[in-house]
Amino acid sequence: MSLKIIVLAKQVPDTRNAGGKAMNDDGTINRSALPAIFNPDDLNALEQALLLKERHAGSKVTVITMGPARAADILREALYRGADEGILLSDRAFAGADTLATSYALSQAIRKVGEYDVILCGRQAIDGDTAQVGPQVAHMLGLPQVTGVRRVMESSSSAIVAERVIDNGVETVKAPLPLLLTVDAAAAPCRPRNAYRMLRFHRAATPQEQAAPGYAYRAQAERDPALALKEWSLEHVGGDPARCGLAGSPTKVKAVENVVFKAKESKRLTASDEDIKSLLGELLANHTIG
Amino acid sequence: MNNILVYCEVDGNAVAGVSLELLSEGRRLADKLGVALEAAVVGAGLDAVAPQLFPYGVDKVHLFDDCRLSPYTTLPHAAVLCKLIKDEGYQIFLLGATSTGRDLAPRITAELHSGLTADCTALEIGSYEDKRAGKVVEGLLYQMRPAFGGNIVATIVNPYNRPQMATVREGVMTMRTVRPAGYEACVVRHDVSQYVSDECFAVSVLERHVKPAANNLKNAPIVIAGGYGMGSKENFDMLFALAKLLHGEVGATRAAIDAGYATRDRQIGQTGVTVRPKVYFACGISGQVQHVSGMQESGIIISVNSDPDAPINAIADYVVTGRVEEVIPKLITFYQQK
Repeated sequence: MSLKIIVLAKQVPDTRNAGGKAMNDDGTINRSALPAIFNPDDLNALEQALLLKERHAGSKVTVITMGPARAADILREALYRGADEGILLSDRAFAGADTLATSYALSQAIRKVGEYDVILCGRQAIDGDTAQVGPQVAHMLGLPQVTGVRRVMESSSSAIVAERVIDNGVETVKAPLPLLLTVDAAAAPCRPRNAYRMLRFHRAATPQEQAAPGYAYRAQAERDPALALKEWSLEHVGGDPARCGLAGSPTKVKAVENVVFKAKESKRLTASDEDIKSLLGELLANHTIG
Repeated sequence: MNNILVYCEVDGNAVAGVSLELLSEGRRLADKLGVALEAAVVGAGLDAVAPQLFPYGVDKVHLFDDCRLSPYTTLPHAAVLCKLIKDEGYQIFLLGATSTGRDLAPRITAELHSGLTADCTALEIGSYEDKRAGKVVEGLLYQMRPAFGGNIVATIVNPYNRPQMATVREGVMTMRTVRPAGYEACVVRHDVSQYVSDECFAVSVLERHVKPAANNLKNAPIVIAGGYGMGSKENFDMLFALAKLLHGEVGATRAAIDAGYATRDRQIGQTGVTVRPKVYFACGISGQVQHVSGMQESGIIISVNSDPDAPINAIADYVVTGRVEEVIPKLITFYQQK
């Protein structure tokens, strides 16, 4: 029997490599200095989806991302690695959303997809590390959740047995479908891009991208419906505008401060033998070290 | 109504350290607001738990004691807390940012439409000017957390939705006993069947393996921490050698862990452990806010960095400008010769 699988993915600024250029002098974020990437944990989630698809012939993997037009890049990335369908959820009405408003928009999109057995997403995104969207989406759809999954051990049409990472240990749980799983970074890494799929799906585009003057694959796109990425707005998915974007976000950012460390008077030393010996001497003398 | 609630996690019969830390912080906030501090304990066999909470200044303890509530699963714990919060109308609800707290808290916000800030490094009470609505909301919970790669600290508020929810990592808040021996809070044992339905038990735990922590980073008096600037896993071995010699523990930044130099349980910072050792060696660590927020209260900070302008040097007592490959072997050799 086959499964209908949905993967929620996010395009994030690569904050792991935020160097000195990441911040402007006025303390704002220099987004152009940070490459936009597929959120790492979401790649682990995609891999779990693809493993389930292999295990259950005839399964379908649909990837949904919410973001601006350029977030379609990660939908193509998912297609290169084996996903079947990509949906970009994009609307000005979603802008400025905190996790709750994001989860609401995503859950509306999932309702529009309609049929699903398993929803997968990364445990957390590196630009916020909140780990909130998965459980919130699960609740909004009335589904049980298993967070921090490292491995899916058994799967059937009615239930999944999975191993989850908990503080200082692991836990094996059994949960009925439909179900939402968040996938831990310790899970299997995502398989690489498939060369054949890249040749085919680099032409995949949203309606907006297809309409752009630079899009050269209109003829192919007409013959190959898989090249059509869906783009859904708030109107497409339906829902209460008051629960979306900034308006639908209970959390507000009151202030953002550049951090200035309280400077101490520090003793400057070099790597010379004398300096290292004198440092150890001082630490030993005042019993800082034994 | 309007009180502060802390979710207290139990492991066997013992209350988690992070929960006691949150009670201490909750007490401070409750005093500022002039409200009561309450605790919710959800589990099985909780007879010995409530007295453990009394010294930290809790006014009322809600016990939900049922064999089906342990080990933790999401749905019944969420159902219990959602109903308790709806019935009691708390203004602030705090949870530990443990694997349980992070599984549970967002589920509750989705039901209550309340705001949630993860991994706060400080909490405070203050006002918020809503420019759009043209009014000032008083007595809000300021939820401070480093954001965006740790270059900035954001203060988050939830002006209108209740409860205002935050998770905090273990070690961030300081544990304080504020009530004398013999003090007793009001303890309410609830009838769990009024809070959960059979559907709540859809997920079952088949096996559970929890080991005691492999290191004692949190309480180590000497911490030797390495960052991405250590350059390799092999170079990290030097830190282990130095730590062994000084009877300290090895810590790491997130960047070093992402690079595979050390295991995740050694992460120091906002999304890892917060430490306050007597002496902290920061080796090849630039000093992003997310890391510094987890070690800035260390007694003596010694920075070893080839960059004389590394941000961490500003808070260091000793700045050794040099390559870690040169400085650390020297520290080891000269210490052995002492």
